[in-house]
Amino acid sequence: MYGIFIIFLFYAIGILISKLFGEIIPGSVIGMVLLFVALLSGVVKADKVKPVAGFITRHMALFFVPVGVGLMVTTHYFKGATLAIITASAISTILVMISVGLIQQFMEKKND
Amino acid sequence: MINTLFTIQPFTLAFVIGTYLAALWLYRRTKLNLLHPVFTSILVVIGVLLLLNVEYAAFEQGSFLIDFMLGPSVVALGFGLYEQVHLIRKNLLSILTAISIGSIVGIVSVVFIARWMGADETVVASLEPKSVTTPIAIGISARFGGLPPLTAVIVVVTGVFGAVVGPFVMDKTGITSKIARGLAMGSSSHGAGTARAIEMGAVQGAISGLSIGLMGVATAIMVPLLRLIIK
Repeated sequence: MYGIFIIFLFYAIGILISKLFGEIIPGSVIGMVLLFVALLSGVVKADKVKPVAGFITRHMALFFVPVGVGLMVTTHYFKGATLAIITASAISTILVMISVGLIQQFMEKKND
Repeated sequence: MINTLFTIQPFTLAFVIGTYLAALWLYRRTKLNLLHPVFTSILVVIGVLLLLNVEYAAFEQGSFLIDFMLGPSVVALGFGLYEQVHLIRKNLLSILTAISIGSIVGIVSVVFIARWMGADETVVASLEPKSVTTPIAIGISARFGGLPPLTAVIVVVTGVFGAVVGPFVMDKTGITSKIARGLAMGSSSHGAGTARAIEMGAVQGAISGLSIGLMGVATAIMVPLLRLIIK
């Protein structure tokens, strides 16, 4: 129960901070960063959060099924752009992969 | 009548979770990327709803609790970040640099290619967070005028695509460092990429898992920033 409490508490704090700053960054992301900091500093005990956090992240895929089902009422908004969506996503994914990989590798070698 | 049935939460919860479990079982049996449980679950649920003539609004009401869990699941990622953070102490500067630049490359490239190919701003906003894990991507997409259902599907497709082509692309571009390979997989293809990175090795897998969270934070910050610059 402690784990559930902690996750909802940090989610709530994240949403609050997000709302204070015009909701530029999702409250959940702020909650995630705060939970990370709280665990690092020892304010929250990691072994007490582990069972709940582990369970939730393992089955995360289930949580976005309802959103995806929304496709059945939204396809007409983007039907004409299908080719653009696929092309842009594919090229951009490869560019991210190459840039991240090469930068990391380059900076690693410089360190040695 | 049938619509009322789907507004009842226990009924729709059991239906969606049951479908997801069956899809997961099928995926584990076949190990086919195409049968990613998210795709099959979404398709089966849509199929059943269309077949029984159920309105989406009814289903939305009944499945609210599952949808609600998206937020807490993002918060829970903070725990994963904590578990793997010891791996990056030595490479902190290079990892943060690579992820920040990678996040910008991902957003800028997808926006320009999509616009150049004639996509409207709703589609562009749905594409912006495509390299980020789905629950974070949905939040960013909804905030800036995208279509969350489209974002959810794009993100999963992107992840599966990156997981399939990743090793080939990195071999061709001379990315050999274990840390670099794990980081590249996780930042470009989040969950699916991490599953692939785990197959490459323990270091690659752990670094990839960590980069999902880092990329999520970087992109949540970069999307609003870049929106000010590239109008």
